[in-house]
Amino acid sequence: MDLSNSVDLSSFAAEVGADDPVTCVGARCLWHVGGDVHPGAREVSAPAGIDWIAPEEMTVSCGAGTTVAELDAALAEEGQQVALPAWGTVGGVLAVGRSDHRRLGYGPVRDTLLQAGVVTAGGEVAKVGGPTVKNVSGFDLARLLVGSVGTLAFLGDVILRTRPRPQAAAWFRAAEGTDPFALFRALYRPTSLLWDGTTTWARLEGHPIDLDGAVALHGLEAVEDPPPLPPYRLSMPPAALRGLDGRFVAEIGVGLVHLDEPAEAAPQSEEVLALHRRIKEAFDPAGRLNPGRDPLSR
Amino acid sequence: MTTEVAPAALVDELRTALGRAHVRTGATELNLYRRDGSNIEGRSSVVAFPTTTEEVQACVLAARRHGVPFVARGSGTGLAGGAVPLDGALVIVTTKMNRVLSIDLDARQAWVEPGVLNADLSRFLASDGVHYAPDPSSQQSCSVGGNVATNAGGPHCLSEGVTAMHVLAAEVVLPDGSIAVLGGEDPEPAGLDLRGVFVGGEGMLGIATRICVRLTQNPPVVRTLLLDFERVEDGAATVSAIIASGLVPAALEMMDAPVTRAVEAYVHAGFPTDAAAILIVELDGLPAAVEAGVERVGEIGRAHGARQVRLAADEAERALIWKGRKTAFGAIARIKPNYYLHDTVVPRARLVEVLSRVYEIAARHELIVMNVFHAGDGNLHPLLVFDKREPGVMERVHAAGDEIVRVSVAAGGVLSGEHGIGLEKRDLMPLLFSPVDLDLQARLRDAFDPDGLANPDKVLPAGSRCGDLQQVPAGAWI
Repeated sequence: MDLSNSVDLSSFAAEVGADDPVTCVGARCLWHVGGDVHPGAREVSAPAGIDWIAPEEMTVSCGAGTTVAELDAALAEEGQQVALPAWGTVGGVLAVGRSDHRRLGYGPVRDTLLQAGVVTAGGEVAKVGGPTVKNVSGFDLARLLVGSVGTLAFLGDVILRTRPRPQAAAWFRAAEGTDPFALFRALYRPTSLLWDGTTTWARLEGHPIDLDGAVALHGLEAVEDPPPLPPYRLSMPPAALRGLDGRFVAEIGVGLVHLDEPAEAAPQSEEVLALHRRIKEAFDPAGRLNPGRDPLSR
Repeated sequence: MTTEVAPAALVDELRTALGRAHVRTGATELNLYRRDGSNIEGRSSVVAFPTTTEEVQACVLAARRHGVPFVARGSGTGLAGGAVPLDGALVIVTTKMNRVLSIDLDARQAWVEPGVLNADLSRFLASDGVHYAPDPSSQQSCSVGGNVATNAGGPHCLSEGVTAMHVLAAEVVLPDGSIAVLGGEDPEPAGLDLRGVFVGGEGMLGIATRICVRLTQNPPVVRTLLLDFERVEDGAATVSAIIASGLVPAALEMMDAPVTRAVEAYVHAGFPTDAAAILIVELDGLPAAVEAGVERVGEIGRAHGARQVRLAADEAERALIWKGRKTAFGAIARIKPNYYLHDTVVPRARLVEVLSRVYEIAARHELIVMNVFHAGDGNLHPLLVFDKREPGVMERVHAAGDEIVRVSVAAGGVLSGEHGIGLEKRDLMPLLFSPVDLDLQARLRDAFDPDGLANPDKVLPAGSRCGDLQQVPAGAWI
């Protein structure tokens, strides 16, 4: 098997062109993240379809327009999965860069992208990153594109890191009065640890005997589902979660807080803002890619 | 060899900011800091040893005022020439910034200064049940700041990931002398992942002065197996089969016969000296998963012709196996005085084919080659062993190395898995990247450092910018 990206991006590049304002559309699941695109921007879409799956390399290649659900179903047949939220297309969730409730165990979305074929603001096809799980060949532009809400280049096809599916997985509720931070220290690498100020829920994955052991040791009770996550999110240092009050669901050990009302993100420094301006200027001097979107208001 | 002289005014400014003792221009220091762990030598004109962020900033601002390039350097163990100063650069050594600033176990985060040694950090954390996961073989002497610059790896990066996955934020003196925190303690800081591109930036995007690292929970159970094979192919097939079976070992290392024999004579780790290849497989986690994994690795190994599957009986035996793996480079010094360590990655499924090419290339250049590497990641480390006093040998070493990199890339691999590009592989970047790809990387560099004074002429070959026709005199310093 040839483990390079082999999706032909030339027609996508031609579609993107080099002149007028364009916006790249996935499944519109998180369409408003980063702000609304100026009306009049021409819509384009990345190619879809799975190119290859290599379980012995723990990698998969697909078009950025492939839905995460389709990818996950195909990977399941190989006993693999990908640590992307099932919210729309692969390109969409990478461009937005938000993780789902499994971040504690699976890490951030940015660690999933190994290589991407992209179309630049100049309408040219370029490659960022590399096809292998380990790679330090040049600057890591793949990470820069994750969470850039399509303002630096459009993802065309990607090589992603996969991971084996767990043998067993379940949600549990901790006994009333459990300190979520104490549980965080006691459990061995839970996939998720949610806390609403009163109750703590844990998602555990692994060998069934180990799950039984954790249940017995920590007094956990199996539950069908985790609590529903309120719609808005706030990113905090995980140590600051102790001070939360009101209605919330917090991801212990991560620092994401899910809220009913939108919350103001911490502002970035003038130095960081200046870097953002210079990077945008360097990658898209005419400001034609997703005009109106801004990763700083992501 | 020419000697660059630093502008007297620059030296004066640095001495005013850092104190006399922390700014050196003597021949001893200039010679010491003209090279790193690679075989490449450069030229420095002044060496500074700042102790605070503000002093690093003062160094950068002074260098800018005088138009002198500057190079950040940690312990200098890098193998790709990334910390080699060119053209009389100011070397900014971070080894005196070596404090662990804070540890937060609720968040599993720690802030450290860049000069903290990798292994010291994990030793410091030992009683807290956590460790710092990246573990390059140089971990006893390499610094966390250097690990960030090179996006360092190590055997345990198979399951835990490389440095980029363990660095949450960095306070950085940017090339224009301003100070910024890239990334954050929180999981989704607003804006671009500037932290992500800074890691692995090889000192060309700024100098880290404080680093927030992620701490990794120690596994409750660790088991280490040693498998040996009569054929290298069988060992490599075992590697692929283990990964394809859905196991992700904590580490999966291979040593070929020449290395195994050298190590065994040196540390007496009990390695079978008649094997063509040995595999070290480490599994960690909760007990049932680990025991099932041990069972499975044994089955897979035996199905692929393993002669022996040995499970380390206790911590002492486990430590001895790892001592054998990590002292391989010392053992090799008994065979020939010099070695050149390469670093490429290939798809696991191509390991056998690429290894056989590596042996063939070395034989053709009349060099001894030994292989000890991170097989689980497909991360090859061919060691060319030689005596540099032998006339003409360096030409053969470089020619063989070049061929090894080309063969790896042609097999669908990459230029470097964990050492970086630096000077060593700069001019090989076009093997992997098109002019458009390189132009994008050059744009990033320019956005961080429009004046090009931070560690110039590394990573990106001359002509990377579209329309950039200036030529750097290739090989002038090598």
